[in-house]
Amino acid sequence: MNNLLILPIAFPLFIGMLLIIFRKNIWLHRLLSPVACIFPGMVALILMNQIKDSGIQTLQLGGWQAPYGISLVADMFAAILLFVTSIVSLCCLLYAFHSIGKEREKYYFYPLILFLITGVNGAFLTGDLFNLYVFFEVFLVSSYVLITLGGTRNQLRESLKYIMINVISSAFFLVGVAYLYAVTGTLNFAHLSIRVAEAGQDGLITTISFLFLIVFSLKAGLFLFYWLPGSYSVPPGAIAAIFAALLTKVGIYAIFRMFTLIFYHQPQVTHMGIGILAALTMILGAMGAIGYRDLKKILTYNVIISVGFILIGLVAFTEQSLLGSIYYLIHDMIIKALVFLIGATIIGLTGTSKLKDMSGLIRTHPALGWMFFIAVLSMVGIPPLSGFLGKLYITKGAFAASYFWLGGFGLLASIFILYSLIKVFMDVFWGETVMSEDEEKGTTKGVMLPIVLLTGISLALGLGAEGIHEYVLIAAKGLLDPNQYIFAVLDKGGI
Amino acid sequence: METIMACLVGLLFTIGTYLVLSRQMLRIIFGLSIISHAVNLLILTSGGLKTGSAPLLDEKMAGFTDPLPQALILTAIVINFAVTALLLVLSYRSYQIFKTDDMERLRGNPDE
Repeated sequence: MNNLLILPIAFPLFIGMLLIIFRKNIWLHRLLSPVACIFPGMVALILMNQIKDSGIQTLQLGGWQAPYGISLVADMFAAILLFVTSIVSLCCLLYAFHSIGKEREKYYFYPLILFLITGVNGAFLTGDLFNLYVFFEVFLVSSYVLITLGGTRNQLRESLKYIMINVISSAFFLVGVAYLYAVTGTLNFAHLSIRVAEAGQDGLITTISFLFLIVFSLKAGLFLFYWLPGSYSVPPGAIAAIFAALLTKVGIYAIFRMFTLIFYHQPQVTHMGIGILAALTMILGAMGAIGYRDLKKILTYNVIISVGFILIGLVAFTEQSLLGSIYYLIHDMIIKALVFLIGATIIGLTGTSKLKDMSGLIRTHPALGWMFFIAVLSMVGIPPLSGFLGKLYITKGAFAASYFWLGGFGLLASIFILYSLIKVFMDVFWGETVMSEDEEKGTTKGVMLPIVLLTGISLALGLGAEGIHEYVLIAAKGLLDPNQYIFAVLDKGGI
Repeated sequence: METIMACLVGLLFTIGTYLVLSRQMLRIIFGLSIISHAVNLLILTSGGLKTGSAPLLDEKMAGFTDPLPQALILTAIVINFAVTALLLVLSYRSYQIFKTDDMERLRGNPDE
């Protein structure tokens, strides 16, 4: 029992509700919302050290023992993601201060972001399948409102599609919950894991696992990503960045959780299925990224490619590949927030997202250009930047598990990432400067801080990878050994 | 009893899917709503159906129904209610702006 676990969920929720009451006080919103972002991160840091010392931390809400009550479980994987979520959301908030505009601030922008973070943190921490559904809905409903906030034509049109597709996937989520409950009679992750292991993962349970794969693929943008490019390119930069950094990652987290803890008995079927989807995702994502000549579209398709790449680690299912996946997941959350914020700044300066209308920004904004260049190299995986280690481990793991084709696709996808982003870099920053500083539509004043911060974190993650290696290794080992999780939740395995 | 419920759920899913595939926005929303109701019935069936027993455990009771699916459905209904309300408001707003409820015409054009 560890009461710290409830704080990352309760604190942003409470602050968010408080801010709704004080709607007129924008300065209060600006003061309290960063605090509500940082605080869960600090809790996550404490949790990470506690997990390192004494194993997985749990909290049985209301004192009802698992599997009868609702359990919150923090294993190392969840705690790391919690910490990164806190950093990324803080940077996006700092960016929003100078870019989101008075109107949106007045209409509950900050409380909505905090509710989104509540849902994301809850999804990471919960140890109960239905609870996972509830937290998914919490952040999805916040994202529905955030994506429409402002109500421009594009936003309304894309948000309708986004909401409808998510309502359907939520319905399928519940169908999966109902089937799994009918078959196993429990919804607690640890208990499910035991029951599925005891009964053996037969055809029926494997089919149910594919139902969950469809649901989480829709959320993560794994193959079923057709809603993603449209809906991620309509909201303002800060919101798009937080979506790109967090929302798809929660889907990835759920896939990892389900297929390492519960449905891990038939990897030749389920993990192979994920592998094929991951390869197709990378191919289609790469085609999108090199095909478009629009900054927003290129960036969103890069989100899709990385989803496929991270899941290679799960498919190979060795310690090394999972290690790589976790490294890459951390890197990807930070770097996607970074490139989306840089992209939003560029669009703010030039007033367009079409590559052919921009050029020569390096003369007027050298810092922005070089930071974008660092981000590009990091995404491609040039050592010693943060993407390198994840790519190395994932590729090594995939080759070691004889998934040569998958590792090959991953490397090939890196080349396409390089091509698509260097194209952006050359078009936007090289060439003749067509725009003097007076003609610019926006400014970089104030918005540079979060970008510098994220670049710094990304560099630190690359150069100081040794420092977090211990934690990531514990997380990867925890994913490989479901018994750790089960013992922690069900009190030494007894029910 | 379970077989009849399974058929009913299947029927509701069919109707819902048919409505979702249509072009009119309001029909799609009704379709989503019907699918959600079908899912609720499915959850109810997943706990096993019994006639005449309450979801309460008492010493005198001969039998009881599983209370968990009912608790799950309650949560699911509330969430579904909120999301449907939001969707209705959004569809009305987009009807005001675009002057159409035809999803085909909301595809968006590349010039925007």
